[in-house]
Amino acid sequence: MRNLVYFLIISALIVLVGQFQSWNLALSILNLCIISAIMALGVNIQWGYAGLFNVGIMGFAALGGLAAMLISMPPVREAWSAGGLGIAGGIVALILTVLCAVFSYRKMRGTRFRTLIVVLVSVVGYFVLRSFFDPASDAIEKVNPASSGYLGGLGLPILLAWPVGGVLAGAAAWVVGKITLGLRADYLAIATLGISEIIVAMLKNEDWMTRGVKNVVGLPRPVPYEINLQQSDWFIQLAARLQTDPVTFSSIFVKICYAGLFGVVLLLVLYLSEKALRSPWGRMMRAIRDNEVSSEAMGKDVKARHLQVFVLGSMVVGIAGAMLTTLDGQLTPSSYQPLRFTFLIWVMVIVGGSGNNWGAILGGFVIWFFWIESEPMGIWLMNTLTSQMDSGSALRAHLIDSAQHMRLMTMGLILLLTLRFSPRGLIPEKNAHH
Amino acid sequence: MELLNALALLSNYVLVPALAYGSQLALGALGVTLVFGILRFSNFAHGDTMAFGTMVTILFTWWFQSMGIHLGPLPTALLAMPFGILFCAAYVLATDRLVYRFYRSKRSDPVIYLIASVGVMFVTNGIVRFIIGPDDQNFADGERFIIKAGEFKKLTGLSEGVSIKLSQGITVITMFIVVALLFWFLNKTRSGKSMRAYSDNEDLALLSGINPDRVVAITWILAAALATIAGTLYGLDKSFKPFTYFQLLLPIFAAAIVGGLGNPLGAIAGGFVIAFSEIMITYAYKRVIAYLVPGDWVPDGLIQLLSTDYKFAVSFVILLLVLLVRPNGIFKGTGV
Amino acid sequence: MSFLLAQGMTGGYGSVDILHDCTIAVEAGEIAVIVGPNGAGKSTAMKAVFGMLDIHSGSVILDGEDITALSPQDRVAKGMAFVPQTNNVFPSMSVEQNLEMGAFLRRDDINKTMEEVYELFPILREKRRQNAGELSGGQRQQVAVGRALMTQPKLLMLDEPTAGVSPIVMDELFDLIIDIARTGLPILMVEQNARQALNIADKGYVLVQGRNRFTDTGQALMNDPEVRKSFLGG
Repeated sequence: MRNLVYFLIISALIVLVGQFQSWNLALSILNLCIISAIMALGVNIQWGYAGLFNVGIMGFAALGGLAAMLISMPPVREAWSAGGLGIAGGIVALILTVLCAVFSYRKMRGTRFRTLIVVLVSVVGYFVLRSFFDPASDAIEKVNPASSGYLGGLGLPILLAWPVGGVLAGAAAWVVGKITLGLRADYLAIATLGISEIIVAMLKNEDWMTRGVKNVVGLPRPVPYEINLQQSDWFIQLAARLQTDPVTFSSIFVKICYAGLFGVVLLLVLYLSEKALRSPWGRMMRAIRDNEVSSEAMGKDVKARHLQVFVLGSMVVGIAGAMLTTLDGQLTPSSYQPLRFTFLIWVMVIVGGSGNNWGAILGGFVIWFFWIESEPMGIWLMNTLTSQMDSGSALRAHLIDSAQHMRLMTMGLILLLTLRFSPRGLIPEKNAHH
Repeated sequence: MELLNALALLSNYVLVPALAYGSQLALGALGVTLVFGILRFSNFAHGDTMAFGTMVTILFTWWFQSMGIHLGPLPTALLAMPFGILFCAAYVLATDRLVYRFYRSKRSDPVIYLIASVGVMFVTNGIVRFIIGPDDQNFADGERFIIKAGEFKKLTGLSEGVSIKLSQGITVITMFIVVALLFWFLNKTRSGKSMRAYSDNEDLALLSGINPDRVVAITWILAAALATIAGTLYGLDKSFKPFTYFQLLLPIFAAAIVGGLGNPLGAIAGGFVIAFSEIMITYAYKRVIAYLVPGDWVPDGLIQLLSTDYKFAVSFVILLLVLLVRPNGIFKGTGV
Repeated sequence: MSFLLAQGMTGGYGSVDILHDCTIAVEAGEIAVIVGPNGAGKSTAMKAVFGMLDIHSGSVILDGEDITALSPQDRVAKGMAFVPQTNNVFPSMSVEQNLEMGAFLRRDDINKTMEEVYELFPILREKRRQNAGELSGGQRQQVAVGRALMTQPKLLMLDEPTAGVSPIVMDELFDLIIDIARTGLPILMVEQNARQALNIADKGYVLVQGRNRFTDTGQALMNDPEVRKSFLGG
């Protein structure tokens, strides 16, 4: 009952934004709320179900974004002919190197030179790989650098990128999890922090793949374009019937379409998460979380279960990341900021209620709403507070200028206060064993 | 001669910068490892603590500069650093009082501390950006160089120069002084020994009458001092930008883990391992090779193993390798 | 009045009581031993005496002073020294530093006490520069007792000092405990090896399910046919 009230309040807030600011803004907040909620669900699977602390959410979301670009953009033919072969060779070399390294690692178990051999194999493989990649990427980046200079994508419908983004993120999670799960929680946290920095560095620097900081813009949409809508008869009639201006209505209509698509994904992920939570698997996960030692003693393979849940959660984050890039319509590697992606999602999960899927969704909505609205609120607050000061005062200018940094502090405070005074969040986990 | 030139080149671009960077990482990792040894969690706020201490140091430096106080050839920041340490220690103790102490009294799971430290990181980051802004700040003054490349060439007659920046020299010397003081403190003083005892066996330390609140407070003060010194030296050597300090977390953690979490000696070794690997792997060796092999053998490429954009990947890969092979670090830590 | 008198202790962890009206006393200069079957609450009784466990009735009086309300740390300051069963040394510190840490609260010259500890445990003098974590089980136990003695306690409490050591080392340790008692220091210990413990005990307490079952001199308990039958294996 109380939970319903929470959701009603946040819906009302969004409606209020629609009424008093604009419906366009309200809908874009809603869309990002939904995406945030899905990411929070993914993190909740890891943290709430299994107690895993993932600090690399940004990286997994970025992989989703990469997938969106790679799937949807049309291929650049000239670039493919200039360097496609080299890139393909490089990828083959990469796979072979990894296979050789893993093979020698397995075969040399117990021998003295194992580490040396594995490192040697990797280094040689690395040079072979570079000998393919370097000339190829140079050639690719020389093809129309102003407009392309990259391989492009597969030219497939962008909706396909959502599951693919999940798979990419899941694969990265598998590698990290394989190495660091079973060790201290700190190690997983630091390793995920590292992998996410590296993934984003790759997106920023591998121009042949992502155009780097030049961004890839104009990703094909899964929903109609405003300009097409404005020229369709049925749409103009619909707008007339609703007595609105077709131009404004077209952008609202597009956002509603997105909201519909995102809503479907959200419901699907929620349904599956809830079902999994209630299944024997979910009960086992929570049993492991609450008492790792005794579960291990009972013959449960804790590490394998953790790896499973870590990959699943990261996949959900990857899907959400692909959705976000779809919504933006462009891949902008420099927009991946750890504070915005990783730590904000954590605030959502903790505030919403760790272990509870509904809580994660509520947290996603609430925190995103305040993240967006806190900027105007902060500036207004600063303006009011400093209104007594001389309008030319440098301090006043500095304070107003710094208002945007207030929200970092606010989010940190919200996190700390929730953790301390209401550690189970807005919607606590049901029958928790704490 | 050619060989000497190659060595000079390597010293200039690898040895000297790596020594300075390694010292900075070592000091940062020492702070992380001390907090881990006593409080048993990896402090994600450490990078931002460094930023906080450095920010206070910068503000005092500017104040001193405006009053015309200078240290002659040395950077004014050295004079301001004690104030940075003071404020940073006060800030860190306040976070302990307001945040961590509660979880200590409840004997919470280490992962709860991790999340709390993320919260502290957020708040600290916000405070630093609020006060000094998110942009680059340059606060170095005094002499720029100990040895200029040109002077070195004139002195030795080599065609490659080695330049040593004053900030690099100060970094290495400060590191030695700080480490010596720290080890003297840990091994010879009553408080230092009580810290080691607490880190070794918390319950027995209590039975011996060691006051846990005092040990924790001393640890935070040391961590704040190390963070401020590391941050100021890094800022003098390169520049101060809040986000860079957040990014330093990864190499610092890697250094602490490589050396064995909770082991101070390991943290220092780890700092240098990470710094040398990072710089050696991202350095372009073309000109070095040009000195060593006949002209027509010189390769076309830069002979750079990895672009500097990926320097964090180096820390990361070393970290993963250590976790794979020796999860306790090179020197045995209290981890796992 | 006894030097230590823990009278009518009832309490346990959380809501379940483990001790029921349990009484333990140690006379000046004597060895008192708590024995009993597994799960009888032996260690719990010891912890209650040391203040590591909440007791909701009963009192603990040390040397005429009521210390029932004090925390373990404060009891250390009052002259109690407790040697836990496991994790009872600082593994990465040298033997000498372990002893120093025992004397952490003292501000006077500790060299004399350290000399006395080395007299009692000559092996520790030999190994004083070695890390305690590298020593054998029996030697580590000596470090643990030595650390406790460094506080110059008025009462020494040992929780199963011979757990997990070989029979030969066990005999050595019992001899050392007698040596310590001869210096006039009262000792309270919990022991798994009831027969040997009662042999050296002036006073023995047999606990069963957190209650005093038999209390007498060590010798008398050894001779009591019922105690022999139930607890000493005939």
